Amino acid sequence: MSSQAWINLAYLTASMLFIVAFKQMSGPRTAVRGNFLGAVGMAIAILAACFEQPVAASIGRHGIWPLLLLALFAAAGGGIGATMALRWPMTGMPQMVALLNGFGGAASMLVAAAELTSTRAVARFQEGPAQVLARASLEPWTQFAIAIGLACLIGSVTLTGSLVAFGKLQELPQFKKPWANPNRHWINLGLAIAVLLLLWGVFSTSQLLFFLMLVAVAATLGATLTLPIGGADMPVVICLLNSYSGLAAAAAGFVIDNSVLVIAGSLVGASGLILTAIMCRAMNRSLTGVLFGGLGATATVASDDVYAGKIKAAETEELAMVLEQASRIVIVPGYGLAVAQAQHAVRELADVLEARGATVEYAIHPVAGRMPGHMNVLLAEADIPYEKLREMDDINPSFPETDVAIVIGANDVVNPSARTDPNSPIAGMPILDVDKAQTVIVVKRSLSPGFAGIPNPLFAADNTLMFFGDGKKALIDLTAAIARD
Amino acid sequence: MLIPTSILNSLTLVASTEMIGEDPASKFIRLLTVFLLAMWVGFEVITKVPQRLHTPLTSGSNAISGITVVGALVVAGGLTTGFGTLFGLLAVLLAMINVAGGFVVTHRMLEMFNPKKK
Repeated sequence: MSSQAWINLAYLTASMLFIVAFKQMSGPRTAVRGNFLGAVGMAIAILAACFEQPVAASIGRHGIWPLLLLALFAAAGGGIGATMALRWPMTGMPQMVALLNGFGGAASMLVAAAELTSTRAVARFQEGPAQVLARASLEPWTQFAIAIGLACLIGSVTLTGSLVAFGKLQELPQFKKPWANPNRHWINLGLAIAVLLLLWGVFSTSQLLFFLMLVAVAATLGATLTLPIGGADMPVVICLLNSYSGLAAAAAGFVIDNSVLVIAGSLVGASGLILTAIMCRAMNRSLTGVLFGGLGATATVASDDVYAGKIKAAETEELAMVLEQASRIVIVPGYGLAVAQAQHAVRELADVLEARGATVEYAIHPVAGRMPGHMNVLLAEADIPYEKLREMDDINPSFPETDVAIVIGANDVVNPSARTDPNSPIAGMPILDVDKAQTVIVVKRSLSPGFAGIPNPLFAADNTLMFFGDGKKALIDLTAAIARD
Repeated sequence: MLIPTSILNSLTLVASTEMIGEDPASKFIRLLTVFLLAMWVGFEVITKVPQRLHTPLTSGSNAISGITVVGALVVAGGLTTGFGTLFGLLAVLLAMINVAGGFVVTHRMLEMFNPKKK
């Protein structure tokens, strides 16, 4: 067997391991092994790449140096990545995924750029515009240029889109307000047309100048497409960018004629698309609505009209009494819970209540947290068994039989105006029907609006008791009060 | 027809010397076959992942999208042109951050789903 055949066999092994890795993600126990197998596949593919003909040839010319150079950069990247991964808080997982997506997209774009400037392309750059125009027909080189153009386009959009998403999720002040330029659709259309023209330019001439312009325009487009998207729609954006980073890798695979890139890239592309569809369904939003509708940050109802005179604030002792009489309690955790680092406090409250004979369950909205499945991770961090975490459709019918629903740091996902007010920005979004419980306790710092920027009539409902304060401290006080009795 | 005729014509032209034995159109279609089949497998496998594992799924698949590091190593390792090497090495760095960060953080999360028995 030729050495290339061995390399291809290694790539095939890596591809199979990636598929098995995804397959084993179906259960929490097998998933650990799946992730490990994925990493093994990656290591095999990386080792195989070091034996590829261009690398081997340059080792033949320069000795061991090229390999050391590659190892140095790979080790630096691996070190940075692993350090980030070990230190990053679980609450900030969406930001980290956004950042990593951006790096992946940028890497695919750079692979295309490097290939374009490599020897087989160099001759083409020395052509002047006149020669290009004089050459009437396209050449076999074209589909290579198509792949380069696409890798560059998707990679650049992923890079800037991810950086903007990171800024929004990290709540950097510059990204606080969605970009609401009334002409943004025309700007995006103009940029999209420019992208098409430049793609055509790259396809037909393979000029470096067109390539660089394509990178610039695509990068701008990535930013202008993501900037208008409101914070509440970020889970969709994260999924979509995840898909893009895979597709960019697949496009890079077309560029260098490498099937492991194509296979791994398309697996990730498929995964991102499925999650995007699931998130859209959970928010009752169409993908075009998320991307181009731009959920306005402006409130349609003034919060004073909703809240005036109707808010009932309760103290610890009163709430402890309510909870002591309850036999079925459902806890609705939101992102605010994670911000307050109150996962462990929630668990202690649940332990005390269960010790008194009550049943305690957790209702998890699909978009609780800021990326798909985020809340499950945060509660798992507090050792809450995942059997008690119930999905929305599963638990919603049981709210009328629930004595007390405790909403901690959630807002938009329990906002009944999604059901009742057709003019609400979140109209039609599936919500947890906590307002149907006997009593609702809302633990919240203040009446400030959630990510969608709208007031919540639940806070003013007759069966709602507001408990203002820091989520963690409130829970600890409540637990202590119940344990005393 | 979505694809302009000029491109289709060019796809069927004679192979350049470095692609002996396979004309560019066949190569393109071969990779397209792989792409579409892998997409299909992806859809089948990933729809079976439960909602509670969607965050580790996202970060794990994110790590796998770092496979572009293979392309980066090949283009950088050739040391053909200055720009090519520079772009390639930068791509190796970024892709490795993606790979290592993704796998390590996914492992960290999955460990929390499987608390050690005390």
